Amino acid sequence: MTANDHSPNHLQLTRGGQLRHFLTLDGLSRELLTDILDTADSFIEVGTRSIKKVPLLRGRTVVNLFFEPSTRTRSTFELAAKRLSADVLNLDISTSATSKGESLSDTLLNLEAMASDMFVVRHSQSGAPHFIAESVTPGVAIINAGDGRHSHPTQAMLDMLTIRQNKGGFEGLKVAIVGDVLHSRVARSQIRALNELGVEEVRVIAPGTLLPRDVESLGCTVEYDMERGMKDLDVVIMLRLQNERMEGALLPSEREFFRLYGLTEDKLALAKPDCIVMHPGPINRGVEIESSVADGPQSVILSQVTNGIAIRMAVMSMAMGGQMSERQQAQTENEGSRA
Amino acid sequence: MTALFDINQLLDEMEAGLRRTLEQRGVTDPALIGIRTGGVWLADVLGKRLGIETPFGELDISFYRDDFSRIGLNPKVKPSSLPFDTEGRDILLIDDVIMSGRTIRAAMNEIFDYGRPASIILATLVDLGSRELPVQPDVVGQVLELGAHQRVKLRGPEPLRIELQESGQS
Repeated sequence: MTANDHSPNHLQLTRGGQLRHFLTLDGLSRELLTDILDTADSFIEVGTRSIKKVPLLRGRTVVNLFFEPSTRTRSTFELAAKRLSADVLNLDISTSATSKGESLSDTLLNLEAMASDMFVVRHSQSGAPHFIAESVTPGVAIINAGDGRHSHPTQAMLDMLTIRQNKGGFEGLKVAIVGDVLHSRVARSQIRALNELGVEEVRVIAPGTLLPRDVESLGCTVEYDMERGMKDLDVVIMLRLQNERMEGALLPSEREFFRLYGLTEDKLALAKPDCIVMHPGPINRGVEIESSVADGPQSVILSQVTNGIAIRMAVMSMAMGGQMSERQQAQTENEGSRA
Repeated sequence: MTALFDINQLLDEMEAGLRRTLEQRGVTDPALIGIRTGGVWLADVLGKRLGIETPFGELDISFYRDDFSRIGLNPKVKPSSLPFDTEGRDILLIDDVIMSGRTIRAAMNEIFDYGRPASIILATLVDLGSRELPVQPDVVGQVLELGAHQRVKLRGPEPLRIELQESGQS
């Protein structure tokens, strides 16, 4: 995790408090998070029209810069940009120029030379989108699509949208995040968003080996026993067991993990009867969640995917709008000082 | 300074103008769309006066504004809602004030994304002139000429009233 002692907001907000990059939820106010959710609600309506496109980013070029493989996140970002009428370039860097020895800075300079207006960045290194936002040409917006173990702010916001749709709001909710919190950038962003939006309790449920040190300092309670932890829940968010990020033996076996922390119908019955089940995907059926629960009536996993498009349209248009109004303001001030 | 207009007189004018226009065009089953916020209040009132049974639509043109590249996205955007199919439909488009014509251009672009209407009739409560685009309303409650620092604003929904505001410097 990168140490961000100073507020990241000098980077991601304009002087007027508008979004101009979307890097992390740290430091973003409840009001701004609510604006993002409200804007996304309007974009959901756009998805129901005969022409599912609005002209906000017409003539702009959005580059999906994925240094790590992804299907769902990349394709929903692509669809979101296209529904905003942008031109989209998908670059899978793991199989591209960097493997020929080009540095990240050189790759970016080349892409900027193609007159790109926005980079959507996924990187295995925590802080990579920050680094790019600090060095990029003014006017170009950076959207974090997941960096290392640090954050995944659009995923957390689509989860918030899904919770608000199903629960009407956040007040009084008890929400649990279950599983591999240690390797999860999603969990960090979710805990931050849930606290800022004012839920009653954020609970993490996991074995000690899959929790970061001082996890409580993120703003949550800890429960090692899942059956106890399911009590009174309004929302349960399952995390994927990230085998590819595991170093050494943090777990006895997948079968053992499923027995203790897998979400089964029996365990779900311990939560409130209207508790919703969420999962950021991709799902490991039979590892962290039972198939009948993933496909069951309390599961909202597929509406998370639909909401992902609307949330991404919202942050992309808000960040691009912030960049453009900032440019306009600078121009006006410039003309003022010349006159 | 606030001056009050007789809103009912303006609404009478709009209603009579709409009846005339509908008859001239041979439109028998129009659907109303109000532009947020003032146009929605007016669509509600005019729909009742004209006896239009189809529920009126509400348009939020924030995603279609041509000044996005100057001021960014309106943070208070609300979903548009058109509870009828616009494809092949005769539309009555209602707004409170027309000036540059840019709002109406944006609204028409948005309406077409729901489907191709048969026709659009435009009615506004007040016409302030100062047009920047070739967009003219078919029906107007009142034409007004304002001083450089004057603005009109429709307040509502209950009761509807028009305010004339002196905006001081700019």
